[in-house]
Amino acid sequence: MTTTRTPPEERTEQRRPASALTPVELARWAWRQLTSMRTALILLFLLALAAVPGSVVPQEDVDSLRASQWREQHPELTPIYEKLGLFSVYDSVWFSAIYILLMVSLIGCFLPRLRVYWRGVRAQPPKAPRNLSRLGAHRSFETDLAPEQVREQATALLRGARFRVRRAEAEEDVSAERGYLREAGNLLFHLSVLIVLVGFAVGSLWGFRGGTIVVTGDGFANTLSQYDDFRAGAFFDPESLEPFDFTVDGFDVTFIREGREAGMAHEFSADLTYRSEPGAEDRKREISVNHPLNVRGTDVFLISHGYAPHITVRNADRSIAFSGPVVFLPQDSSFRSFGVVKVPDAEQEGGNRQIGLEGEFYPTYAFTKESGPFSAFPEDRNPAISMLAYAGDLGLDDGEPQSVYSLDKDGLEPIRSLGKPLRIDLPMGGTEQLPDGLGTVSFDGMSRFVKLQVSHTPGQKIALAGVVLALAGLLASLFVRPRRVWVRARREDGRTLVEVAGLHRSSGGDLAGEIDQLADRLATPVKETQ
Amino acid sequence: MTHEQFEVLSNQAVAACAVVYFLALLAHLAEWAAGRNAPVEQAAPVAVGGGGAEEPAATEPVDESAPELRRQMFGRVGLGLTMLAAAVHFVAVVARGLAPDPIRVPWGNMYEFTLTGTWVVVIGYLLLYRRYSLSWLSPVVTGFALVTLMIDVLVLYTPVVPLRDALQSPWLVIHVVAAIIATGAFTLGGMCSALYLVKERRASRPERRGGYLDRLPDLAVLDRVAYRTHAFAFPIWTFAALIAGPIWAHYAWGRYWGWDPKEVWAFITWVVYAAYLHARATQGWKGRSAAVVALVGLATLWFNFVGINFFFGSGSQHSYAAPQPTSVVQVVGEGPSPLRR
Ligand code: HEM
Repeated sequence: MTTTRTPPEERTEQRRPASALTPVELARWAWRQLTSMRTALILLFLLALAAVPGSVVPQEDVDSLRASQWREQHPELTPIYEKLGLFSVYDSVWFSAIYILLMVSLIGCFLPRLRVYWRGVRAQPPKAPRNLSRLGAHRSFETDLAPEQVREQATALLRGARFRVRRAEAEEDVSAERGYLREAGNLLFHLSVLIVLVGFAVGSLWGFRGGTIVVTGDGFANTLSQYDDFRAGAFFDPESLEPFDFTVDGFDVTFIREGREAGMAHEFSADLTYRSEPGAEDRKREISVNHPLNVRGTDVFLISHGYAPHITVRNADRSIAFSGPVVFLPQDSSFRSFGVVKVPDAEQEGGNRQIGLEGEFYPTYAFTKESGPFSAFPEDRNPAISMLAYAGDLGLDDGEPQSVYSLDKDGLEPIRSLGKPLRIDLPMGGTEQLPDGLGTVSFDGMSRFVKLQVSHTPGQKIALAGVVLALAGLLASLFVRPRRVWVRARREDGRTLVEVAGLHRSSGGDLAGEIDQLADRLATPVKETQ
Repeated sequence: MTHEQFEVLSNQAVAACAVVYFLALLAHLAEWAAGRNAPVEQAAPVAVGGGGAEEPAATEPVDESAPELRRQMFGRVGLGLTMLAAAVHFVAVVARGLAPDPIRVPWGNMYEFTLTGTWVVVIGYLLLYRRYSLSWLSPVVTGFALVTLMIDVLVLYTPVVPLRDALQSPWLVIHVVAAIIATGAFTLGGMCSALYLVKERRASRPERRGGYLDRLPDLAVLDRVAYRTHAFAFPIWTFAALIAGPIWAHYAWGRYWGWDPKEVWAFITWVVYAAYLHARATQGWKGRSAAVVALVGLATLWFNFVGINFFFGSGSQHSYAAPQPTSVVQVVGEGPSPLRR
């Protein structure tokens, strides 16, 4: 008894094109194919399938570090993957092709349905089919009321139940329909899918996202040059960056000290002083995870944090070759951190050799024979560094941009002491002499750093409005029950034979209960109160 | 009670409810065995409509013979045990939330997701039991609850720890509640679709009669119950994955959609279920193919729930739910320290 509404485009028969086709016919045929339910279904599958590789192969846009590591590990596959766009699946040609086809299909499907719906909404409920008993939900009974009375009552009941009732005087049937909102909801849903896509596209074409690491006490001004990494859409205009700036005044983190959860960060937050533009007044604001700072549509998020030990490298004559906080990237939850110091300006007697240090920082230094040095707690209770020292050419001058977090060891030699590579192990406040008149290294103090993400994603509101509308449409589309009900009353052998029947117009519906109820109420007439 | 005591209580409640689910499963198997040789009444056409109130309560076939009475008795015992188990299960979930200090929602890791998700499946089954006359689903649901809880305890168990900062947001609660409810409902729907496929296969071999499959309702009814549950779950999933999730991601990570593996798979699940709803309305796809699509959807959903954390580990920002946080920069400072003072 459940009938499925056949979408209009399926009612037109889809024959294969006969051998001789004019281009127009061919185009028509192709369009009908593209906008058929079956094509939509297949495209949906393709879309799901095409999304998979992006979760397996590291994506440039998601995690460029992992993507480049993957490239190094798979030198043979990399060129093939590059060609296939597997490192940025979601803007690859084939992924785009699928969703664009799907959207074209969607529009091609949407417009005719909108037209049909528009006509349907304004039309009257259709006349009853000749044979009502064929419908799944069907009841009949006899009554002494006149047919007109039955019809009148049925009309009143159905109107009361918010059915639209066909206006026709000379018919022996009452035809009624309700649940028009279902198709409206369905159309709204499909339209909203387009809206979401537009919002998403706006964000990825005009938006940007940048990351920066700021040591406490330092500042940041929102210009391209201040970002460590920056990613922007095709139409992004650097001029459009909001001209705000801020200083990171302090950073606060609480680690749980006792019990099983010892070592977990409880909360962390950074205190900023910011100005929305040069010359604007200073404002203070604390940011933390889940609580970004928003400056005129650009958000500043606190992503993570770590330590920046102050390291000073002096030449043999005590002049300072390098001094300052050095960002060490945390490697695990105990904040064992990795960092690099580059001293291009080191001077020695007899020829300049640049110095590089590479190694680890431990906020709470501990040591066992088995594990070597490690950090026993994420808090800076006993900070220490342990680094290998190199001398030679840092390779800074060959024009290639270098990461500040790695040493290019091509031109470097480990500094040796007693034949072994020199390891500099320093507690905070300590100083170590380098051999061969290379000077000294000292670990003077500590700062914190915060990793911040700054982003502006226009179209967010459009996308959000789109999904919310889509959800509303979806609810109507899934839960409104479109149905037609007919009541036929005619004189037969001196009594009135009444038939009540209904048709559910969506799959998954069932009308038997409703028809029974209506029939019962018609069979036991109540006195009109008017 | 102290927090530690709550943890112990939760663990004991999990064990207890698993035992009761097991007893319920036994009762339903006995029910099935008792009905093996009894003739199957063609079950009255079960009304499975949308609206609700107007549907007549499904009538049990009236049969006073002894095996039939015994069968019904086993069924009732099984149902009662399932309700008891669900109550104990609920205690396990709540105690799990009271165990950490400060107390929190019990959805911080996979063990807790699974514990709650299983409970939602059982509750969904109990709530719909009368409306859709779900007695045929009983062995499947109790067996599922038992197996899932066993896997949960043996493979996924994680001691109680507080939530990471990123998770401390009202949107987490909303997002996760919706995701768990949708997962539970999709799972129920998937059970119906699976039974549909089994029954459909059986229909092509009418010579083998008797047993559980004959007690399943008509294919049309199975299909409709499956559709109703999926139709309930789909908007909730839409909300969880495409509204609450992105909003939370926006605040926590500074982007609302980042094609992180977990997000990719949430999207894939959504698309596949959209395809399921389409398939039910497409000529040539109704019934069998649609049921297969629904099961594919369920597979992607579970893969996302469990698999992602194992297969992609640190590649996902969502890997907080993995048993051991291994990622580097993203989990800075979170997760228990391997060394305690
Ligand atoms: C972005 C792609 C699409 C998505 C995500 C999508 C999603 C959905 C969903 C979730 C439903 C279920 C609502 C319901 O059952 O009432 C639905 C129904 C429907 N869709 Fe789509 N759809 C898409 C594209 C299309 C296209 C291209 C067509 C045209 C061929 C189409 C035609 C329909 C029709 C006719 C229904 C009603 C089915 C029914 O009566 O149950 N959809 N769609």
